[in-house]
Amino acid sequence: MEEREVSLHRGLIGAQPEPAANGQRVNRQASREGGFPTGWLIAPSVAWLLLFLVIPLISIFVFSFWTSTGYGWTSTGYGLEPGFNLQNYGDYFVSNGFFDPESRRFLSPSVFIKTLGTTFRFTFEVMLLCLLIGYPIAYFLAMRVKSFKWQMALFLLCMVPFWTSYLIRAVAWLPMLGRRGLLNSMLLALDIIDKPTRVLLYSEFGYTTALVQIYIVLCVGPIFFSLAKIDADIIEAAKDMGATAFQIFREIIIPLSLPGVAIGMIFIFVMLMGEFATAVVVYGGKTSTVGTVILNYYAIANYPFAAVNAIMLMLAMMAGVVIILRLVNIRKEL
Amino acid sequence: MARWTPQKRKKAWVTTLFGSYYVIFILFIYGPMIAMFILSFQGRRGGTSFPMRGVSLYWWEKLIEPSTVGDMQGALMRSLILALIVMLITAVFSTMLAMAFRKRFFGANVLFYMVMAGLMVPGILLSLSLATLMRQIGMPAAWWSSGLGVHVVWTLPFGFLVMMAVFNRFDTSLEEAARDMGANEWTVFKEVTFPLVLPGIVAAGLFGFTLSYDEFARTTLLAGEFNTLPLDINASMTQRIRPTLFALGTASTLFSILMIGLFLGIYSLLYRRTN
Repeated sequence: MEEREVSLHRGLIGAQPEPAANGQRVNRQASREGGFPTGWLIAPSVAWLLLFLVIPLISIFVFSFWTSTGYGWTSTGYGLEPGFNLQNYGDYFVSNGFFDPESRRFLSPSVFIKTLGTTFRFTFEVMLLCLLIGYPIAYFLAMRVKSFKWQMALFLLCMVPFWTSYLIRAVAWLPMLGRRGLLNSMLLALDIIDKPTRVLLYSEFGYTTALVQIYIVLCVGPIFFSLAKIDADIIEAAKDMGATAFQIFREIIIPLSLPGVAIGMIFIFVMLMGEFATAVVVYGGKTSTVGTVILNYYAIANYPFAAVNAIMLMLAMMAGVVIILRLVNIRKEL
Repeated sequence: MARWTPQKRKKAWVTTLFGSYYVIFILFIYGPMIAMFILSFQGRRGGTSFPMRGVSLYWWEKLIEPSTVGDMQGALMRSLILALIVMLITAVFSTMLAMAFRKRFFGANVLFYMVMAGLMVPGILLSLSLATLMRQIGMPAAWWSSGLGVHVVWTLPFGFLVMMAVFNRFDTSLEEAARDMGANEWTVFKEVTFPLVLPGIVAAGLFGFTLSYDEFARTTLLAGEFNTLPLDINASMTQRIRPTLFALGTASTLFSILMIGLFLGIYSLLYRRTN
């Protein structure tokens, strides 16, 4: 993963002259003697990450076993009682009537697991759409645009939205999808529908479309970089040996671009699983994601239960990343 | 003039096809934003959707009036100050980290994944964790303390990857030469290393600036009493949506794009100078 990430950005940094291939290793050896002490160089970052990343994540795990006082934090006391309470996890998995054969909810998954499932489903749909829509773009930029200047310009044009606020990009969908929105007017003008439809905004369609638009740049980038790294000579050689365009695509281009696909998919997966703002703006809060559930329980001062949801989200994410890495062995593909 | 063989014709046709697909794609990712830009100039009586009822700067003027959207100016100032501090810290930390990673050291792998975890942990999770922890130990959250903390956790991996790439192709013999001539570590850094990696440092810093300026999820529960700009935008969305929001969105997006332009400009300038 380490080398992969670095090579991803090699293109962005521009084309500084490569050090002589044989001299590089010698230089590495020599540099071990000089330079500032490693301890001093890493100390500030390590302290910062411990304070603002590692300790909070450990503490949320601990808090998930504590008990909520139900009052939040007041001047007289804290919102959390220390202890070892598995009730929160029980509530997460088992809903009322889970063990009661008479009940409608007998052995049916709890609402929280269902929310996790819905979040997973949306995430998977959006990942698939991003891949299907984004791959041809990356392919076009890397393989079909011959001039380096144009390649970079067109690529940057795709990447600019990444540096703008995703909240605003979500808001921008409102005038597109609304009942009197652009999309409705277009459909009306083309006589596809005869009266404005409401299914565009605050619907699964609108939500998915907005998510694809917001997150697709995250997969175009890595796929583009891995495609751009493919040696043109390999393709030339395959052509000389009589391979058809489709064979070249299937046997050379797809396998060699898989690491980029995997990294792009991991990016989108991780971002989407924690998504909550778009669900509120474009879906009108009609669906819950794990993110909105966490915020809701935080708002009603049930911190341990918010923590349990967060831990489950984290576990689901880790599982997803491991599955993607199993499907594509990034190290081996290098 | 080149002869049009069937192969050439087919190739041109495929390229045209891909080209048109690219144009549609660009329309897809920019379309909503363009619609928002246009609607921000909606006439005084117009609403949040087409058709336009006249063209005016009414909603832009509303944006500048202090009373309309809460404390917009204050939020903007806070976001800018926060982004500037994050920019500085990201530039310094990622340069130091990447310099450390030029040598092998104990725990390098663990540290690498720790830095990358900042990229992988969802913002809402980090927000919740730190907010709960701080409340439990009785420390109030604020945009300049806890907010700054999680912003740097988010921007550091980007800056770090940029600086790793820069140092990966760095010619160490220049430093060796300076050392051989008796320069101490500080002189080597000041006179040799720093000028050569400056474009990278600028890139890392500006990554930090734009990512922090637009960050929402990580600040959600951690900004404390005063909002940053994305939080303010979010708050104004819970009220009735008016074209003021579009003007705000347009202004904020234009500012981001301006920053990217600035970044590319400075970068190519420095890059040309060092080569």
